[in-house]
Amino acid sequence: MTATSAPARARVTDREGLLARLMLLPAIVYILALVAIPFVVAIAYSFSDVTAGDPSFDWVGLENYRANLDDPVFRRSLWNTFFFTAATMALTVVIANIVALLLTTDFRGKWFVRFLILLPWTTPAALGAIAWLFMLDSLLSPIDWILWQVGLLDEPRHMIWLGSSGWAKASVIGVQVWRLVPLAAVIIMAGQTSIPDDIKDAAAIDGAGFWRRLWEVTLPLTLPVIAIAVLFGAILTFTDMSLVSVLTNGGPVNQTQVLASWAYIRGIDGGNLAQGAAVAVFLLPLLLAATIGILRAVRRWEVG
Amino acid sequence: MTGTVDAAAGPAGSAPDSADATAPPRAAGPTVEQQRRQARRRHVAARIVVYVVAILAALLSAFPFIVEGIITFKRDQDLYAPGNNPFIYNLDPTVEHLDFLFTGTGFLGFVGNTLLVGGAVVAITLVLALPAAYSLARLPLRWGGALGITIFLVYLIPPSLLFVSFSRLVANLELQDSKWALVVLYPTITVPVSVWLLTGFFRSIPRDIEEQAMIDGYSRLAAFGRVAVPLAFPGIVAVVVFAFTLSAHEYLYASAFVSSSSEKTVSIGIPTELVLGDVFHWQELQAAALLVALPIAFVFSLLLGRFVAGFTMGAVKG
Repeated sequence: MTATSAPARARVTDREGLLARLMLLPAIVYILALVAIPFVVAIAYSFSDVTAGDPSFDWVGLENYRANLDDPVFRRSLWNTFFFTAATMALTVVIANIVALLLTTDFRGKWFVRFLILLPWTTPAALGAIAWLFMLDSLLSPIDWILWQVGLLDEPRHMIWLGSSGWAKASVIGVQVWRLVPLAAVIIMAGQTSIPDDIKDAAAIDGAGFWRRLWEVTLPLTLPVIAIAVLFGAILTFTDMSLVSVLTNGGPVNQTQVLASWAYIRGIDGGNLAQGAAVAVFLLPLLLAATIGILRAVRRWEVG
Repeated sequence: MTGTVDAAAGPAGSAPDSADATAPPRAAGPTVEQQRRQARRRHVAARIVVYVVAILAALLSAFPFIVEGIITFKRDQDLYAPGNNPFIYNLDPTVEHLDFLFTGTGFLGFVGNTLLVGGAVVAITLVLALPAAYSLARLPLRWGGALGITIFLVYLIPPSLLFVSFSRLVANLELQDSKWALVVLYPTITVPVSVWLLTGFFRSIPRDIEEQAMIDGYSRLAAFGRVAVPLAFPGIVAVVVFAFTLSAHEYLYASAFVSSSSEKTVSIGIPTELVLGDVFHWQELQAAALLVALPIAFVFSLLLGRFVAGFTMGAVKG
């Protein structure tokens, strides 16, 4: 501040208040035009009868919401979205903590192991789903072959993973966990490396073994970061449509449909934009809750 | 883990000479030699656990990709024969499917589109996010803090809701079925995240450096462009990689707004164009997925430390 108080300086490039606004302006204008306004418009659509073919806006009140709630596929999508997210995050948090502990340890070939562990996350979700589409194929599945070889399947017969409701759901959850563990592990790792070394050393010198250090030092100190990882993962699972779309396409018979994929089927494939919007609006309350959770966790982490 | 065991063994190891003469209580428990052996045994056990977990984690993560790599070179008669071991070549491997992927499918076109969209999205993201982040990090703004959080929250608005309005927007811009629609839309995801990341990086640069530059006659704008931006280079690399990979990852907008195969990016082109009706071109499909996955993972592995740093900095206020 002292540097700029020299009296002769009044060029635009030095007037900090004005400059601050000018530098922010393009980003703000873009976000207002392409996120804020479309967001409001989409919510307004959900109270209308707008379709791809007939874009005129007529107010229909809660009609789309009522139609959705009466629709068994919508109700299943709603339930699946919550169920997949909860199951995915429960498994992810446990595995990601183990992976994070592994990656903060030194061992030979760590670079290569880290590369392989990152693969599921850095691969586009739709292409990861393609890989699993083969792994779970009704005729060619290598998993079936292994099960047969170790004697868990009597003969070279097939599980048809994606053809039954239960296994299809388990597959969606499994692949989602596979995809999200690396991200959660990296975030948790950031938390673990930020624990001051003297705390870890002090615990070790006091004779605390691995498990005691884990339960009494590492986990409590990384809890806010773990919360951030879980909430980010939950948002990604909650809003993702690509995995379901490629892996099961919602099948068998809409059994694995989620809100995001159903909104797409209604809004784009079916051309009923209003109904699609009304489906997607149901994502908002949980996203809001997750957001508040993230902000709280971040604050706790900063304080701690 | 090595450090802690050594630390525990060190003082005990130096004890024997003095302990003999003056301090018998130490010898009353398990001898130093026993303690040492126990510590070593524990150390070895811990190392074994580490390697077992490492191998397990690597295998579980990479399993589908390993299979992809194997079947890329499989002949049809080998792949489709019932009961064949899927992990070995029962018949001689072949490159015919890889060859077909490059010459007979739109794969290279998808890659080209992805590079083009990615490059344009990176450019737009940097132009919008760099000044905005600097402004939030350094300049006097009354609502700076709240604004920063609001911009980040924008990232959380679900694309599943926004695409409803975007379908009209894209039509009005006459960008239906064009990859340029994606160039317009992807910054809605990359800009908020990048502003957040870069704000953290700018905050981590000591103020004195820019202030010294301004004393030396730079304007505030020049201090931003010639001092702060080069110093935030690691953050810029993170943003470039993030914005670029998003263009390869994004699926919803790409499948909603691009339908002709010449305009598709990898994320949507590979799953839709390499499956004809119910016929899966498995080898081509898996080869394509693997060829996209490996380079991205390689770049991420190189930059992982930087991302971890960026995450920490973005979250912790300076």
